Amino acid sequence: MNKFRILVVSLLLVPILAFASSDHLKLDRAPIDEHDQSSLQRGAKYFVNYCLNCHSASYMRFNRLHDIGLTDEQILQNLVFTGVKVGDLMKSSMDPKESKAWFGATPPDLSVIARARASEAGTGADWLYTYLRSFYRDAERPSGWNNTVYPNVGMPHALWELQGEQVLAEHKVRGDGYMKTELALKLDQPGLLKPAAYDQVVADLVNFMTFMAEPARNDRKQIGIIVLMLLGLLFILVYSLKKEYWKDVH
Amino acid sequence: MAAKPKVPVEFTGAGPLNAPISGVLTWVDQRFPLMSLWRDHLSQYYAPKNFNFWYFFGGLALLVLVIQILTGIFLVMHYKPSAADAFASVEYIMRDVPAGWFIRYMHSTGASAFFIVVYLHMFRGLLYGSYRQPRELIWIFGMLIYLSLMAEAFFGYLLPWGQMSYWGAQVIVNLFNALPVIGPDLSTWIRGDFVISDATLNRFFAFHVIALPLALLGLVAAHIMALHEVGSNNPDGVEIKQHLDADGHPLDGIPFHPYYTVKDLVGVVVFLFLFFGVVFFMPEMGGYFLEYNNFIPADSLKTPPHIAPVWYFTPYYSILRAITEDFMLWLALGVAAYAILIWLTARCQMVKYAGLVLGIIVVTLMKGGPLALEAKVWGVVMMGAATLVFFLMPWLDRSPVKSIRYKGPIYRTALSIFVVVFIVLGYYGTQTVTPAGTLISQIGTLIYFAFFLLMPWYSVMDKTLPVPDRVTS
Repeated sequence: MNKFRILVVSLLLVPILAFASSDHLKLDRAPIDEHDQSSLQRGAKYFVNYCLNCHSASYMRFNRLHDIGLTDEQILQNLVFTGVKVGDLMKSSMDPKESKAWFGATPPDLSVIARARASEAGTGADWLYTYLRSFYRDAERPSGWNNTVYPNVGMPHALWELQGEQVLAEHKVRGDGYMKTELALKLDQPGLLKPAAYDQVVADLVNFMTFMAEPARNDRKQIGIIVLMLLGLLFILVYSLKKEYWKDVH
Repeated sequence: MAAKPKVPVEFTGAGPLNAPISGVLTWVDQRFPLMSLWRDHLSQYYAPKNFNFWYFFGGLALLVLVIQILTGIFLVMHYKPSAADAFASVEYIMRDVPAGWFIRYMHSTGASAFFIVVYLHMFRGLLYGSYRQPRELIWIFGMLIYLSLMAEAFFGYLLPWGQMSYWGAQVIVNLFNALPVIGPDLSTWIRGDFVISDATLNRFFAFHVIALPLALLGLVAAHIMALHEVGSNNPDGVEIKQHLDADGHPLDGIPFHPYYTVKDLVGVVVFLFLFFGVVFFMPEMGGYFLEYNNFIPADSLKTPPHIAPVWYFTPYYSILRAITEDFMLWLALGVAAYAILIWLTARCQMVKYAGLVLGIIVVTLMKGGPLALEAKVWGVVMMGAATLVFFLMPWLDRSPVKSIRYKGPIYRTALSIFVVVFIVLGYYGTQTVTPAGTLISQIGTLIYFAFFLLMPWYSVMDKTLPVPDRVTS
């Protein structure tokens, strides 16, 4: 009887397993470390220099960068334009209406983008890390740029001077017993940085954006450990209490 | 067989130290039935001594309700129910409100936890026949709680004003469009606008923070009052009140307090360990508790490619999507077969004819050429029916025994299949539509309804085991 039930149950579960897999975009794993403060600080610098001109992060305050080890003076001297206070929100100076005219769409707010871009294919950090390394020259796009992760994106390649220019070129790969051609990204014009150094810049930037998407993340994990340990102790207490009361129930 | 547990000494207030407390209690008791409430519902409420694992979840549901109300109060202090400010105010809570992230994660995790414990609590009812006579009203109040909870979760999900909030609400409110004649006006009336907008957000906020919590609290009170009137069922499905000791207390009962208060405390601590494990370490729960798309602010011009409700609604969402035009023939055949089954087996003439007439009406509305309603209307009807059919459990189950321990192989198999089908439907409700997924959902829908609607027949056919006189430990 029980065997029969197990058989029925497993047969019924087959559809989930059989159709669960689907073809997702393959994302590179972002090599980030949320505890690496110098990476986070470099990322903040890149973010302010390369992203904040067009994009806002309007739920994030500059002085929240205390959490990645920066002081008010450091923030004011290095990351903020004149006239901006350290407690202000990280807003772009670009007028949303103008940017809409320039790019076809207002550049989205980036405060929580690292959470929004998560999917079954990978974390939001993986998506951003792959996306920022997947721009290529495309003469058919108004901006002159296209992206393999986000086809026909309105955004031009903001980091092109660091990475250089990639093109989408045919590329021979080994298939099942034959050679086939695939389109793949190839560095055409080198930029200021070597590919490995560029990847590190993107990793730092993505590390910062992941922090920015949830500044309380490290706090919550630290507090969480204490809370779970206390609940563990409480369990011993309440379990002994229960045993004591229940010893005369038969 | 079983030694009678000692009844703990009632707190009398005797002794010099307790004199002031005793005085206060007496003063209160002369004006309010404090001690009698305490006795009736805790210290002298006799519960069967053989409760097992499945009996933790009722109390846990109450705990989650309290968590939701308390965290909800603090969220409302900072949340702004307006289309312009809602999304930003949630991020403000997450960043600038002290411990705001903690309160918000407790509330968002609490929503899913509520459904987990409620589903397990309902499953307990299906296992041990807790809906059977004389507990029909407990079950009905419970089902009303479940429906209110679904409404509460639906209204609450719009409030963060993310893409999934917005488009989820859009899809669900648009379902009312499918209803004949009044549909479009009804959905406009619900939204207060032609699309989901600020007006919708404001009214959903009102429902979420006032109307439904009030309804939930009232229904929970009714659920517990009805339970304490007839007494709790137990895994053996035997009535402990049939064997009383000299004092008139059930021989197999123990006072809820302190026995079950201390036992439930263990369950509470284990639950909180898991709950806070999610809150502190995986608040998004892989996109199931907080959907990733909902971190994008609502945009009425950008429809997301894939709109999925939160996991606890997905079995019903699958049923909704399963009802396609191609499927109507099979559905109509199913209804016709059911009417014939009633005709052939019912003893009462009234039932025979009622089944026949209803069957003809439903089949006509499904497949009757010009009289047939669209498949999407039937999708909404079937989705509604899938939640409402639970109400009928007390009358569908005609087995001579209550508990699965003494029911036969048919019910055991039927319940196992039902649970798997519920999970499979839930899984496909989270996925984009594929032909294979639709076919599986359609088969799942038929099995889902067959579990309930064929129960009057298979529960009688089943070979039951002899039920013991007293509870087993």
